[in-house]
Amino acid sequence: MTNLVLMKGIEKRFPGVHALKNVSFELNSGEVHALMGENGAGKSTLMKVLSGIYPKDGGELFVNGQEVELDGPRASQDLGIGIIHQELSLMNDLTVAQNIFIGREPRLRFGRLDEAALNARAVEIFRSMNLGLDPKTIVGELTIAKQQMVEIAKALSYESRVLIMDEPTAALNDAEIAELFTIIRRLKADGVGIIYISHKMDELKQIADRVTVMRDGAYIGTVEAADTPVSKIISMMVGREVTNDPVVIPDLSGAETMLEVTGLSRGREIQDVSFSVKKGEILGFAGLMGAGRTEVARAIFGADPRDSGEIRVHGKSCSISKPADAVKAGIGYLSEDRKHFGLATGMDVRTNVALASLDRFSSRFGVLRETDMRKTAQDYIGKLEIRTPSDRQEVRLLSGGNQQKVVIAKWLYRDCDILIFDEPTRGIDVGAKSEIYKLLKNLASEGRAIIVISSELPEVMRLSHRIAVMCEGRLTGILPGGEETTQEDIMHLATLRAPSMQPEGYPQ
Amino acid sequence: MTVVNSSSTPSLFARLIDTGAHQKLLAFASLIMLLIGFSIASPNFMQTSNMIAILQATSVNGVLAVAATLVIITGGIDLSVGTLMTFCAVIAGVVLTNLGMPLPIGVLAAIGAGAFCGLCSGTFVAKMKIPPFIATLGMMLILKGLSLVISDTRPIYFNDTPGFDQISRGSLIGDIFPALPIPNGVLILFIVALAAAYILGRTVLGRYTFALGSNEEAVRLSGVNTDFWKMSVYSLAGAICGIAGILIASRLNSAQPALGLGYELEAIAAVVIGGTSLSGGRGTVLGTLIGALIMAVLTNGLRVLSVAQEWQTVVTGAIIILAVYADMVRKKKA
Repeated sequence: MTNLVLMKGIEKRFPGVHALKNVSFELNSGEVHALMGENGAGKSTLMKVLSGIYPKDGGELFVNGQEVELDGPRASQDLGIGIIHQELSLMNDLTVAQNIFIGREPRLRFGRLDEAALNARAVEIFRSMNLGLDPKTIVGELTIAKQQMVEIAKALSYESRVLIMDEPTAALNDAEIAELFTIIRRLKADGVGIIYISHKMDELKQIADRVTVMRDGAYIGTVEAADTPVSKIISMMVGREVTNDPVVIPDLSGAETMLEVTGLSRGREIQDVSFSVKKGEILGFAGLMGAGRTEVARAIFGADPRDSGEIRVHGKSCSISKPADAVKAGIGYLSEDRKHFGLATGMDVRTNVALASLDRFSSRFGVLRETDMRKTAQDYIGKLEIRTPSDRQEVRLLSGGNQQKVVIAKWLYRDCDILIFDEPTRGIDVGAKSEIYKLLKNLASEGRAIIVISSELPEVMRLSHRIAVMCEGRLTGILPGGEETTQEDIMHLATLRAPSMQPEGYPQ
Repeated sequence: MTVVNSSSTPSLFARLIDTGAHQKLLAFASLIMLLIGFSIASPNFMQTSNMIAILQATSVNGVLAVAATLVIITGGIDLSVGTLMTFCAVIAGVVLTNLGMPLPIGVLAAIGAGAFCGLCSGTFVAKMKIPPFIATLGMMLILKGLSLVISDTRPIYFNDTPGFDQISRGSLIGDIFPALPIPNGVLILFIVALAAAYILGRTVLGRYTFALGSNEEAVRLSGVNTDFWKMSVYSLAGAICGIAGILIASRLNSAQPALGLGYELEAIAAVVIGGTSLSGGRGTVLGTLIGALIMAVLTNGLRVLSVAQEWQTVVTGAIIILAVYADMVRKKKA
């Protein structure tokens, strides 16, 4: 059988970087082929070569058995290669059909648009995907999952035989992931080949046929997804075995309660949530996407208003109405979206570390003491092992894991002893993940109270001393950490809907 | 690990061009080229008196442009700088001429009025969440109207306040070094620029000015009172407009209530030519000064070459587009 895509000995160099070293990759028709590797391993570069964005410096590329030279994204598109980027590129104010056929709208005479034909063609594509979606819906009103379907439909409208999906499930909840997988299986059955980039191991087991691993721009190997243990794949990715040490739960019976939340409510998003965290404890927050965990964190932190609820820190009631109040009380919040909510990415490491505490570095007249700022930044660069050429490096140039460490440094320097981590390892590669885990454990054992919100159950289970589970704005239970709690226990609570909410309350 | 190491080389390179150093260099080179070009074209251009006229013309626009720079770095825009300048001049006129107060009180009143109006704009933007463009557009019209109302639409002259015209026209430097008759207005521009550069580079207010433009939400979630700092920046900018008001009133020895409209665009143009990003987070006072000088040299040079006023405006517009285009090309290359 001929391969849909065959890449042999692909080479790519950028100034100072050997980005792809003799990389091979093949994709068969009707196959889901996962491409794995840590951030910076060269996956995206390889895919950019395949989609014609970068010219290759060496090697051969065959599509449908014929050697081709791609001189641009258009050439790749014409060969039936479609790419769905991680960040969706849809125009939110246009309809679904308008988005799919942007730039190729069917026309009537005198340059008028043929909306009827446009919508009819969109429906045709949806039918082939077995998807019931009104082509006249405004894209901005759709869920992220549905928007992703629109992207897929758009790729298919170019009669793509090869689909590249870059972390398609990053923003999806479990139900939506299942929906996506149904579509992927249907495309597979039609003979479309899919290159699937993801960091989530459990997904690979569900959807992928083969897995190719890259590391440091080099091809490491290709294995069958079904009969290769996850630990093997991880060790191929990081070049070493990553141990999964079980949680050690400290005895906290005598420890002080640092944070106590009672009756926290806001509309339907947060309904009467009460819990407490002790000094030295890591409390995990599990739940499906949209369960209200981030909302709880933001309400405690004063980033969003709340209707009711009391927040006690060190036993004292705190009136928190804005983030500045929470910080004063010693609460730090590390958002899942570091780039938008955590860092001034265009500024250097030094400023970002000091961002929450500039007043400490200033004289009476507001003049900054740069030397002290530099010392502090360098101190944390050493302590947290932040990999950066210097404290003057702009943080946007750091890797995800190191950016996260900069945010952590900011809060540590501010003396926050209650730290709320929202998806602490999102966008961080496997090797750096275990470093962040180690750091969180150390922070707890040093006597801080840690809350970890995570959508990845293994992460919650690996870190938490206790696990709070939420579903649709309610806290449905708090489970003990450690081995006696299973994923099934958590999932049971995470799907425990209030009876009255079932009929129409379930958000689409 | 290799990732970080490998990215350090291009990053240093990227930083060099990204900080706007390149744009400043470009702007500076254009300034020199303009100077050379005009002096070849006309022997009258490189006269000391003409150079001083250029500096004098830069002083008011330059001070306003410095004020605009501060606001623009926060990611905002201030359309009211021109009419605020006039309003402050009128306030000085009322205090000095109509009320007969001593000179320092008049100056302080003008600067205070500027700071207060800036605070109002800042409040609209920070507390009431009105987009800066709209808030300051409203402020621009309010101040234009108020200037006319307060002055009864007539110019207020400062003939009763001896020494008022010397604030801008006198020359402290010239008194000491007669060979360098640099007017005080220019001296004040440089002091304002130095102070603004110091505030931006070395103080908490300055750091937050950049941080607000870089990522306001991240700053707020760091527990910083962003509203307070934003209002502070607008107030400071307003106070600087007050200084500009004194300068222009002193130069004309009168407060002209109908003046002011159009100055805000010249100021913003100078800021943009100087390489400050309109999306916030990046910019320098030095760049703005060069930008203001380019505008002044251009206007003056074209006048010396007897190009009609109408065409001067056309050229200025073209220069703005060219400057920003050069900036875009540079960014694409990086």
